Amino acid sequence: MLQKRMTATLLPSRPDLRASLRRYLRVVFGMLCLTLALPGGESGPVSPAAAQTTPVVLPLSVTEIAPGVFVHQGAYALFAPSNRGDIANLSFVIGRDAVAVIDTGGSLAIGQALRAAIRTVTDKPIRYVINTHMHPDHLFGNAAFVDDRPEFIGHHKLARALAARAERYLALNAQWLGPDAFAGTRLIVPTRSVENRSVIDLGERELILEAQPTAHTDNDLTIQDTASGTLFLGDLLFMRHVPVLDGSIRGWLALISRLEQVAAARVVPGHGPPVAAWPEAVQPQKQYLQRISSDVRRMIKEGRSITEAAATVGLSEKEAWLLFDEFNARNVTAAFAELEWE
Amino acid sequence: MTELIARRSVLYLVGAVITGLPVTLARAEDDPWPGLHQDVFRNRPISEEDGLVTLEAPVRAEDAALVPLTVKIDRDKASAPLTLTLLIDKNPAPVAATFFFGEGSGEIVLSTRVRIDAYSNVRAVVETSAGTLHMTTRYVKASGGCSAPAQKDAELADAELGQMQLRQFDGGLPASTSREAQLMIRHPNYSGMQMNQLTGYYIPAKFITDVEVKRGDALVFRMEGGISLSADPNIRFTFRTTGPGDVLTVAAKDTDGRVLRGSWPVKSGKES
Repeated sequence: MLQKRMTATLLPSRPDLRASLRRYLRVVFGMLCLTLALPGGESGPVSPAAAQTTPVVLPLSVTEIAPGVFVHQGAYALFAPSNRGDIANLSFVIGRDAVAVIDTGGSLAIGQALRAAIRTVTDKPIRYVINTHMHPDHLFGNAAFVDDRPEFIGHHKLARALAARAERYLALNAQWLGPDAFAGTRLIVPTRSVENRSVIDLGERELILEAQPTAHTDNDLTIQDTASGTLFLGDLLFMRHVPVLDGSIRGWLALISRLEQVAAARVVPGHGPPVAAWPEAVQPQKQYLQRISSDVRRMIKEGRSITEAAATVGLSEKEAWLLFDEFNARNVTAAFAELEWE
Repeated sequence: MTELIARRSVLYLVGAVITGLPVTLARAEDDPWPGLHQDVFRNRPISEEDGLVTLEAPVRAEDAALVPLTVKIDRDKASAPLTLTLLIDKNPAPVAATFFFGEGSGEIVLSTRVRIDAYSNVRAVVETSAGTLHMTTRYVKASGGCSAPAQKDAELADAELGQMQLRQFDGGLPASTSREAQLMIRHPNYSGMQMNQLTGYYIPAKFITDVEVKRGDALVFRMEGGISLSADPNIRFTFRTTGPGDVLTVAAKDTDGRVLRGSWPVKSGKES
């Protein structure tokens, strides 16, 4: 009885409102089903998205950071029509037989420009497209590679994380990029998931893929190139761009301590320069996350509110980072909601 | 929502044509408040921004799924008992929660966290025992809060469901009998607009509907809540102590009929 009354009060109060909410959900769900169509389900050799695009695609600029390892450095920026979602570092590794792409950019257009950059260097088949985690700036370019029929590889939690967020991601990115830059962008979900550890062979060159525990997100994947000793960290490593917390601050700090022990000739951050030395590269990020976590813990202990914490914590770190004002308060909010349960 | 608005617009349009009045669609589309005023408060007169109730909310929310709100009610101006209704105009379920305060409540300062689905007015409406309504409104820029996943770490959501914690804080004024505490409930508070990450289907709404906090037999507050409250419902509130031996008891219910109970002796001195 009580429950019935509650539902009546707290769900939309009029029957017509409730009915319209149901209809709204149905429509949204219908759109999602279309959006989530697997690349394997495509018919015909050319996807409609590819057919629509302009004939000339300017290749992204890339740097060869080790033999056969190329990185494009994304801008230190938020999604904007002017950058077309080109705000994350994107890489590819060339083996004897095949190419693996690691992250594809924030729109179909950037994915196509990355593909064009690959084709200026090699004609070998693109057999693998690896996504380091769920964020749109790393995987909304996947659609540009559908015609190559690669395996799309991600953390075993990537597919479900995307299922939960696809609607919001697509809507927000369409809004931020505008119709031109967003044109043709759709979500391509992983066709192969990494449970724990997985090895792919590019020919005389193996990539070791490791699914990490919850840190930056709950679906971070690291990739190690055995031939060059390069470690691709995705957004487990931010440099210059303030770190963004969308997983667990405790988990992230714990993972950093573990990754610091890994031997790597060089690392590629998700945001920052195309290449950096390990483990030196992670020290500023470690300091930032430690500062947030210790200040938030102190404020929780003092009985201060989440609002007070968001307004004050971390400000001493501001000068060290770009885009600090865009993300710091949100990081603090997330850390507070996590740490107050300790 | 768009369909509803479209249908309403048609009604307005038809009405306008019949009556020959000028068509003022924009206002009807933009502002859900007249409808809410009718549905929730039966169009009773409401005194606005008169100082009886104040609402603290961020202008731009850092996380639309976790927007902190703090409400203060000036007891000198309000005759007890009273109710507080939190509304988010543009949310699918605009009434976020209603609080009923009892004799155990002190000076009322209450904080909670809500989901905001679109840039919206957020309102705190107080009804005094004299039957007068008082409202304060803040505009909050946030979007997507209702469909955002309940937890960043998907596995944690169900594993810890039902845990409750009560934190107590130093009251501040030594002479005051008013104390402050924070109730935390581990519950995903599924809004019905989130996807099941395994099946790709919408997770049915499942949320905390009722929370009752008492000091001994005296009601501090009772809350009826809905899908607009954030995951892990979190209510920071004030209550009145009578002295040593006071015990706070909490009973919470969710839409599955699950009942959560806890009791905590009221601490003297510092928060722990």
